[in-house]
Amino acid sequence: MSHQSTYNPGTAIEKWLDKRLPLVRLAHDSFVDFPTPKNLNYWWTFGGILAVCLVIQIITGVILAMHYIPHADMAFNSVEHIMRDVNYGWLMRYMHANGASLFFLATYIHMFRGLYYGSYKEPREVLWILGVIIFVLMIATAFMGYVLPWGQMSFWAAQVITNLFSAIPLVGEDIRIWMVGGFAVDNPTLTRFFSLHYLLPFAIFGVVALHIWALHVPGNNNPTGVEVKDVKKDTIPFHPYYTVKDSFAIVVFLIVLAAFVFFNPNGMGHADNYIPANPLSTPPSIVPEWYFLPFYAILRAITFDIGPISSKLGGVIAMFASIFVLFVLPWLDTSKTRSMRYRPKTRLWFFLFVVACIALGYLGGKPAEGSYVVMSQIATAYYFIFFLVILPLAGIMEKPKTLPSSIAESVLKKGQKAEPSADAEPPPEAKPAPAQ
Amino acid sequence: MTTADTSQDGEPTRRDVIHIFATVTAGVGAGAVLWPLVHQMNPDASVLAMSTREVDLSAVPEGQAIKVMWQGRPVLIRHRTAAEIAASEETPLSALKDPIARNENLADGEADASDANRRIDAKWMIVTGICTHLGCVPLGTAQGENRGDFNGWFCPCHGSHYDLAGRIRRGPAPTNLEVPPYEFVSDTLVKIG
Amino acid sequence: MNRTTIVRTLILTVMTALAGASGALAAGGKARELIHEHWHFAGPFGTYDKDALQRGFQVYEAVCANCHGLELVAFRTLGQKGGPFYLDRCPAGVPDNIDCSNPNENPVIKAIAENYKFKVQDGPDDFGDMFERAPIPSDRIPSPFPNEQIARLANNNALPPDLSLITKARHHGTDYLYSLLVGYEEPPATVEIDPGQYYNPYFSGDMSQYLKPEHVDEEGYPREGVEVPLGGVLAMAPPLMDGMIEYADEETPETVEQYAKDVTEFLTWAAEPKMEARKALGVMSLIYLVILAGLVYWSYRKIWSNLKR
Repeated sequence: MSHQSTYNPGTAIEKWLDKRLPLVRLAHDSFVDFPTPKNLNYWWTFGGILAVCLVIQIITGVILAMHYIPHADMAFNSVEHIMRDVNYGWLMRYMHANGASLFFLATYIHMFRGLYYGSYKEPREVLWILGVIIFVLMIATAFMGYVLPWGQMSFWAAQVITNLFSAIPLVGEDIRIWMVGGFAVDNPTLTRFFSLHYLLPFAIFGVVALHIWALHVPGNNNPTGVEVKDVKKDTIPFHPYYTVKDSFAIVVFLIVLAAFVFFNPNGMGHADNYIPANPLSTPPSIVPEWYFLPFYAILRAITFDIGPISSKLGGVIAMFASIFVLFVLPWLDTSKTRSMRYRPKTRLWFFLFVVACIALGYLGGKPAEGSYVVMSQIATAYYFIFFLVILPLAGIMEKPKTLPSSIAESVLKKGQKAEPSADAEPPPEAKPAPAQ
Repeated sequence: MTTADTSQDGEPTRRDVIHIFATVTAGVGAGAVLWPLVHQMNPDASVLAMSTREVDLSAVPEGQAIKVMWQGRPVLIRHRTAAEIAASEETPLSALKDPIARNENLADGEADASDANRRIDAKWMIVTGICTHLGCVPLGTAQGENRGDFNGWFCPCHGSHYDLAGRIRRGPAPTNLEVPPYEFVSDTLVKIG
Repeated sequence: MNRTTIVRTLILTVMTALAGASGALAAGGKARELIHEHWHFAGPFGTYDKDALQRGFQVYEAVCANCHGLELVAFRTLGQKGGPFYLDRCPAGVPDNIDCSNPNENPVIKAIAENYKFKVQDGPDDFGDMFERAPIPSDRIPSPFPNEQIARLANNNALPPDLSLITKARHHGTDYLYSLLVGYEEPPATVEIDPGQYYNPYFSGDMSQYLKPEHVDEEGYPREGVEVPLGGVLAMAPPLMDGMIEYADEETPETVEQYAKDVTEFLTWAAEPKMEARKALGVMSLIYLVILAGLVYWSYRKIWSNLKR
């Protein structure tokens, strides 16, 4: 969907700059006049929301780093110094902690949207893979950030997660020691985690730039999954239509963030992390932050040895595989139809997949005993079956519904069927678009 | 939102007051958010708690001096003898290199540098221990240190001599030692800052 | 794991699920459900009750401070806005040049610091020795024990935790703390507790190990019909007694419940001293954001409406 640049430098300065570094042209073509399918629904606003999240995290994070002390003896108290003495320090810390949680919430919605509407399919494979890379970087960043306050949960999270690597045959223990910089998690671990926690967000920022670039080459997918055929009929300029729509979604998102930050700032945290780290006493139950619970459930679901693979290593492999299967997703799904709207059977399997993910999240927070383990095993099995069996087979066995011939046609049809309702579809789409 | 007036017909225009209204409101919010981001760099409560300092002078015998830290700077406090006070008070203003008092406790910034304008209680000379030349800490506080040609303080870096009221008398320093803000809470307890 | 065990596990699971048992195998004992007090600071507009905070500090200093530190709280914090001893203007008789709203000059705070029951260690002095002096407002509240080892020695090898964050470091910490303080009772007849240990139904622990020998079978499990009591045992003796602290205010009852309530409110403040500022800013932010959302939504409808034409 490459399009002719419509940027017209107005002033002499703009003309001068445009010849030397067409920065304004880039911004104009990417965020102002970028032709965008006219039928994007609210699920598409999460890209903009995520950009805001990243900016909030970086700004509050840089500020926290001005007051934080990365030392095992002082980290905990320096965080409390931020909470008690630094001007608006409590605001910065609560924004950062709750911002991280909502960042992940928005990311998961963004990913499920991509899954549902087939946004990973040709020609958007690279776009999807870059997204998964961002996700992996976010996981690493969030984990290391959670260690920094050096409370009980911080310490034991670091202990447990670094111990995962000791499951690797032969070199595992050496790798673990190399990672933590000692025989157990201690000050060297904290300082390196601080360094990397500061570094990785900028790496994320860079990959986000690539992600947006990779979006702007093929252009947006849309709820029908039908490619843009006629730019005039099927698309509208990004600005003002989607800037204002995204802005609205961002403000609503900020309301949710503010509700947490100001009125329940510790609601998504864990009480044990207000106890200073103590290497001599493990908290009764070690639970990661909610956004890691599904992966934690997968890790714990493998309670049996598989041939030569011990259950410990098996769990680690399963957990990493659950993320890395996303990298090959574009080639696992064999269907030419993108949107689940037109895949009646797969759509049901997809909803079951969402249920399995939520169930894993629930089970990850429960003790690893009794029926919880078996339920985790069932959900984990389905997680992989969905990617490795259902999606490859569905493309061959399922007969999709007839696709609309174009985006404009789908918008027209919808308008004839019913008056706009208050569901996720924005009302204007429901009316016939002007033929220009 | 405001630049909604593209060339196409029927587009909303800049004049739609709601777009202006929404943009201005967003801008006001963004401005308000800036304040916490800026204010967090100001001295925090634990630093402000150190902005004043109380010093007990009862342990400083006549003729001796002490050095205390206040707001990260040394403050020199000398317990002057009657003879020293008299000598300092008799110094004619014409002998001073810097005729201005440099005393933060005086409302008048141009007051002359007489001994009376440099102190609150004649017995106690309290000055900031930073040489006005290039910021070294002058000698003369501890017993046995070089007190310079005028029996006050002597800066070893470039040879500035200060007298018993901390006034520059010889050497490269341009102005008298600063007198920090202070007040006596009791006869022997002084609050600096 | 062979096939039969898998099948057996599956059948078992289905049966457990059918029985509706969640957490069927939960190990260890349970604690009694917490007492839900009504707190002055509850809700989005809740503030601390200043009188309760002052009484709570009195209880902390008289009782809790004998064993528990409050090391993250400085004396000056007691006098900052939202704190128990904040003054917006000076009481009569204070010299004009004192700014009482500044916690570092607040005469009440100065007196509290100077007369506090513990001294702070300072130094080294000119002779290289550490020395003790009375605290000043900028000091953190000194702890009863200089280090963990001495604290354990003095407390039967139990370590009294620092209380600065206690209400945030426990689930439902405020109700938990209150319940624990008022919840001490005689241990049930079925259990036997070592001297120096105390039974509390709100403390999390496992009471099955304290059952008297006649109530357990050969393998150490409780016999049929023997109920394991709720709660656990801890090394802290019941700290509060009716009438043990005299309140300046005649009206306030001098009971264990009142002491517990006041000190809980104080320790909740100590864990979250900026709560009032947070909620006030939160109300303003939410009002602003809702208005902004309305405006942007209106703007959005207006811009998109022309697509219909």
